[in-house]
Amino acid sequence: MTSWTRAEMAARIAADIPEGWYVNLGIGMPTLVADHVPLDREVIFHSENGVLGMGPAPSPEEADPWLINAGKQQVTLRTGGSYVHHADSFAMIRGGHLDLCVLGGFEVAENGDLANWATSDNDTSPAVGGAMDLAAGARQLWVMMEHTTKDGRSKLVHRCGYPLTAPACVQRVYTNLAVLDVTETGFRVVELAPGVTPEALTAATAAELEFAS
Amino acid sequence: MIDKTVRSMAEAMDGIKDGSTVLLGGFGSVGQPDALLDGLIETGATDLVVVANNAGSGRVGLAKLMELGRVRRIICSFPRSQGSVVFEELYRTGKIELEIVPQGTMAERMRAAGAGVGAFFTPTSYGTKLAEGKEAREINGRWQVLEYALHGDIALVEAWEADRWGNLTYNKSGRNFNAVMATAAKTTIVQAHHIVPLGALDPEAVATPGIFVDRVLHVPGTGVFA
Repeated sequence: MTSWTRAEMAARIAADIPEGWYVNLGIGMPTLVADHVPLDREVIFHSENGVLGMGPAPSPEEADPWLINAGKQQVTLRTGGSYVHHADSFAMIRGGHLDLCVLGGFEVAENGDLANWATSDNDTSPAVGGAMDLAAGARQLWVMMEHTTKDGRSKLVHRCGYPLTAPACVQRVYTNLAVLDVTETGFRVVELAPGVTPEALTAATAAELEFAS
Repeated sequence: MIDKTVRSMAEAMDGIKDGSTVLLGGFGSVGQPDALLDGLIETGATDLVVVANNAGSGRVGLAKLMELGRVRRIICSFPRSQGSVVFEELYRTGKIELEIVPQGTMAERMRAAGAGVGAFFTPTSYGTKLAEGKEAREINGRWQVLEYALHGDIALVEAWEADRWGNLTYNKSGRNFNAVMATAAKTTIVQAHHIVPLGALDPEAVATPGIFVDRVLHVPGTGVFA
């Protein structure tokens, strides 16, 4: 069974983001999505630490230690971008002004619950960052993650076992095997990666799947 | 004549008491008031509650303050970051209290404090373990969690430019928590890269008006932030 690479997953997500959207990309894999949105399609990227209109990574000459993203990587500001303080930055998130947030995930449940910040209830010092604000506040939440863990367990589940980031917040999941919508009746498969059969996807998934007929 | 600039670190740190709640600006190393942190360490103040996004890294600044046993409790959103070795060790051995707060809730709790709002309801954290024990209410069809204002005794802030009235500008993503923390403390102490004459700052560009600022110390940038 073949599957999408991370770059292909990022390109697949980028293709679904229309011009004019305000978008926050979570730390880690989702940051790859920005590389696949052409600059002439005006998508405005937001970073929690007060950057609206974030551009690509700087060239060595452009690098500015004062300009970082939420993952603490150096970035640039697009023409038209602006800086705000943390409370205003999170007002954009919590006030429902972002069209979309793409987050990574440990587990997504078929009712749209997301777990992506702590891996157990007795985690020694879990770090939540802005994940709960983004999950509760963005108008749409998409999750980008591998379909299974390194040891082969499905990350799409009936109910999350890890502590929740937010209940019933995910609308869509992009994995290396498929694109799935979260519907009132559970996961509905929108698209399969090349070479992935419905049977193979079902075998890799610990939740009910509905396939478009 | 109003002049909030101070000539020495001792003057900047004057009167900080044991048991104070200290709001510490910065996000990672950007906008972090390193010189004021060193000044705070020098004062010997202890039993502190520190509010900061991260729990320090390496063995300098906030990490050093914690390693010296001077922080009773840390309130932050992202304690675990690269090099947060001192915090991890203290937390594992039960020598520091930790309150995890979603980053936006933390910022909003300080905005509330600065604006005289006692508490507010937010959907963030509803249905998660961070909402356990907190009052929740359904408002406009959505379940929300009660969060209280977060006041500081002291705010330590890094600014780019300051004038003698305490008007401040910041540099790019260095604004982060600094501008909201400046509003939320009884005493706001600023380290500024540049001190400029009154009138030099464009009134439209002042990000923190001087009403929120008590003391300004000139600390030219060093290293990559020079």
